[in-house]
Amino acid sequence: MGAFSAKGLACVRGERTVFVGLDFSIGPGDAIVLTGANGSGKSSLLRLLAGLAPPAAGTIAWNQEDIRKDPNAHHARCHYVGHLDALKPVLTVTEQLTYWAALRGVSDSGMSEAILTALSDLGIAHLAAVPGRYLSAGQKRRVNLARILVAPATLWLLDEPRTALDDDAKRRLDTAIARHRANGGLVVLSMHGGDRPQGAITIDLTARSALGMAC
Amino acid sequence: MLRSAVILVRRDVRLAFRQGMDSLMAVAFFVLAVVLFPFGVGPEPNILARIAAGIIWVSALLASMLSLERLFQADYEDGSLELLVLQPIPLEVLVATKVFAHWLTSGLPLVVVAPLLALILNMAPEGFWALMAALAFGTPSLSLIGAVGAALVLGSRRGGVLLSLLILPLYIPVLIFGVAAVDAAAEGFAAKPHLMMMAGILLASLVLAPWASAAALRQALE
Repeated sequence: MGAFSAKGLACVRGERTVFVGLDFSIGPGDAIVLTGANGSGKSSLLRLLAGLAPPAAGTIAWNQEDIRKDPNAHHARCHYVGHLDALKPVLTVTEQLTYWAALRGVSDSGMSEAILTALSDLGIAHLAAVPGRYLSAGQKRRVNLARILVAPATLWLLDEPRTALDDDAKRRLDTAIARHRANGGLVVLSMHGGDRPQGAITIDLTARSALGMAC
Repeated sequence: MLRSAVILVRRDVRLAFRQGMDSLMAVAFFVLAVVLFPFGVGPEPNILARIAAGIIWVSALLASMLSLERLFQADYEDGSLELLVLQPIPLEVLVATKVFAHWLTSGLPLVVVAPLLALILNMAPEGFWALMAALAFGTPSLSLIGAVGAALVLGSRRGGVLLSLLILPLYIPVLIFGVAAVDAAAEGFAAKPHLMMMAGILLASLVLAPWASAAALRQALE
């Protein structure tokens, strides 16, 4: 477990400054909710935090150490859920989850149990043997979320995880997030409306973005 | 690390078999392209025997080109590439495993069917083993060099055309030594020096290509 912080973070996409001067610092059990208008940089920030792109200015640190120093260590400790669900039409749900979990070092012996638990947590245990092409958008999202439950990681970066989810799935996701935080995990998620996780810090990106300053 | 590499290769090979047609199409294209030549050049056995090595090699280049576009594209479009990059494995290893899986499913079949095509083109039997050896050294180099191009054109429209413009010139050394090895063997000279050169090209691309494609992939995903 550790502390995740950012200092003076700025993001530039193309020629446009998306946001500047972003600071935060969170510890075990904390959550950050990113809000803001479309284009205010929620997804861009999550991509910076995952290490997919370097920030234009500022640093992102885990336990005071820049995450870019050892990218693989950072990748091992964080789970990222983006807009795309990364499901192959020709592979079954279990096969896809097995690949991702095995890459994270889940052992073959504990694999099927871990997958079954993750699938039942999200209410899709009956889909285990179904190929990706027969899944609806909401089901795909649930499978993608099951992926982060199979192999544990400390830091969750979730980009609008509630998209396409029904009420039941939203409740299950909230439960999973609460349990992750209770175990000392950290969560950064972006969302539009809806209930925020309890005690979460809210960062409104519109206020820090070029959009907000122009107003 | 080794376990991750094995998992990745298995994933890509399984995907290739399930959605199947890609690698089958490369082989079918290879066979068809070669078979077209006797119709175009005429069925004169001496002429065909003389140009057999060149025909087979050029067709092999084009066939390997055909499947290269999909090397990273499918994973890029459905978001898998992003997640693969975010796994705790070096990106260079990831690229190497994808290239190896690509070669297993589209390069290796070319090596296997090549002698059959050589037979159709009336190539001297002495050239057969040299052809297979040259293709065995050459096709992995093609996959490796092509991976750099496939990573560079990621996300661009009409990537396939751009890819051929970028990569085909880089295939020329492989083509030259590949054809020279077969011709030498067919005419009773030693093919070994040419094959050694091809092994050299393979080693060089084995070192440089994963590194270059990884840099291009990082750029594409930013």
